[in-house]
Amino acid sequence: MAGSTPASLTADAPASVAAAPRKSGPTSPWQEAWRRFRRHRLAVASGVVLLLLIATVVLGPFIWPVAINDIDFAAKLQGPSWAHPLGTDDLGQDLLARLIYGGRISLAVGLAAMVVAVVVGVVVGALAGMSAGWVDAALMWLTDLFLALPLLPLLLLLMYLFRDHFKRLFGVEGGAFILIVVVIGGLRWMQVARLVRAQFLSLREKEFVEAARALGASKLRLVVGHILPNALGPVIVAGTIDVAAAIIAESTLSFLGLGFPSDIPTWGSVLRDAKDYLDIAPHWALFPGAAIFLAVITINFMGDGLRDALDPRRVL
Amino acid sequence: MSRQYVIRKILIMIPSLLGISLVLFTVLAMAPGDPFEELATNPAIPPEVRAALRAKFGLDDPVWTRYLHWLVAMLQGDWGFSFVSRMDVDKLILQRLPVTLIVIGSSQIIAILVALPVGVLAATRPYSLFDQVANTLAFVGFSLPTFFTGLLFILVFSIQLDWLPFVYRANIDATGWQFYWEHIKQSIMPVMVLGLFQGASLVRFVRSSVLDVIKLDYVTTARSKGIGERKVITKHVVRNALIPVVTLVALQLPIVFGGAIVTEQIFRVPGIGSLLISAMLANDTPVVMAVTFVIACLVVFFNLLADIIYGWLDPRISYR
Repeated sequence: MAGSTPASLTADAPASVAAAPRKSGPTSPWQEAWRRFRRHRLAVASGVVLLLLIATVVLGPFIWPVAINDIDFAAKLQGPSWAHPLGTDDLGQDLLARLIYGGRISLAVGLAAMVVAVVVGVVVGALAGMSAGWVDAALMWLTDLFLALPLLPLLLLLMYLFRDHFKRLFGVEGGAFILIVVVIGGLRWMQVARLVRAQFLSLREKEFVEAARALGASKLRLVVGHILPNALGPVIVAGTIDVAAAIIAESTLSFLGLGFPSDIPTWGSVLRDAKDYLDIAPHWALFPGAAIFLAVITINFMGDGLRDALDPRRVL
Repeated sequence: MSRQYVIRKILIMIPSLLGISLVLFTVLAMAPGDPFEELATNPAIPPEVRAALRAKFGLDDPVWTRYLHWLVAMLQGDWGFSFVSRMDVDKLILQRLPVTLIVIGSSQIIAILVALPVGVLAATRPYSLFDQVANTLAFVGFSLPTFFTGLLFILVFSIQLDWLPFVYRANIDATGWQFYWEHIKQSIMPVMVLGLFQGASLVRFVRSSVLDVIKLDYVTTARSKGIGERKVITKHVVRNALIPVVTLVALQLPIVFGGAIVTEQIFRVPGIGSLLISAMLANDTPVVMAVTFVIACLVVFFNLLADIIYGWLDPRISYR
């Protein structure tokens, strides 16, 4: 009854030895993965679009040096024109400049939250996978508990309770950034932890690990040097998808008024300001929404391509 | 399904409820700020009074006694008083809860109605044009955040076409069929936004689950007996493929509640999601804590329900 009733999405993870070094051919495992990734045309196209998006956001301010808070009531709520390629908002601020600035924040939040989630997840998963018995049971209970928590209400609750405190500690922008990254990352590590644990459980019994152990390698060296590199494939895939999820989470928080404040334009907070002007200035809402969508879908497609590339046995 | 299985599942639920309450209380206890902070700066109130008040409300007790007090109060339905709405928190939540449950329930039905046929069709013709289109659309569907689809729907159906109202009204002054029609009309957009988002992620689950089942031996046996392909799929494959989907629907519930908060906020549906946001913007902490707790409990409860249904659908599970 192979694979008849997968209890959950991750149940088949232990079977996949991702990016297993296949030393038979002359190609390295990473070359092999790259070859498989290239076959996923949508993923490659997404990668190009995503790179363009990142380049726009990083280099944009040098090419389009318009201030994000230049108020010009004569030009308020205008549609796209040569002076303002993406139009203006209700204070006549240039939307292109604001979206470039917001993109920097949104993408940075996504990446940083992913790093937090992956680090926490790898540590928890590795601890659980290496130590059998009650440590493992307790950590997995914790993981399941966090999985059952409703993410958005808890995110909102944490933002609500700690926002002012962090604002006082790290300033308006820095405080919001640190809090959002920590909170989103701290609530999204569970998938990674489960994947890593499942990988560890199967990898630690493998011959090459046994050989390393017989040669006297310490536990830390076993984990860092031998097991972890072989468990990286699924972690990379999960991490990629986490970036997209974190971008959505940040935009949602800002959209609901509990993320970044209005004077710091992120894609979500621009959208929140725009939602009351849908009838007279639809462009104001459409451009930030399209930016979020473009970033999220390209990252998701990349994740799909990476899954094909790094998880050779799993063909979805 | 054995009775022990149900009892065991209910017993497992208790520690996770306790764990959730512990997480919530920890968050609350760690939060900076003191409810009597304002009194400290008020020169008319001597510090002794403040200390007495703190002692009276148990703020100086050790953490675990405070947790126990809080937990007992929550269990007894004593959730505090909302100073913004001027009423007891439990009454406020009971007023708002049915709307949320209706919106979530009907959006789940929409999601399943969309995801099932599409997922099954895609799995019976893997890598066909239909499969690829469905897969791409599913990707688009769950990459579009609900707040953006909500705004797009308003833009198209309310502003451009003027078909549907974009503000949910609780008090409709119509009677008979008109009343129900107005209610359905204003629920269409919130339900569709949530349902399509949910359906998009379900399609992929259904597809891979059907693909898992379709290559099993008993399906080949059924085919070799000369049963028509249509009957094989509907009677033999789908029934078994749906079992894991039940669990997945339950696992998605935390996300669904998150989506409900967003859609309620956009369309101003008077449910607990919009209550949560307005309470947060008005600094109404008792309501915020209670709503979060209720949503967490609902998620655990529906997970229990899914577990029980799972055990009923697949008797092997309950004997493990």
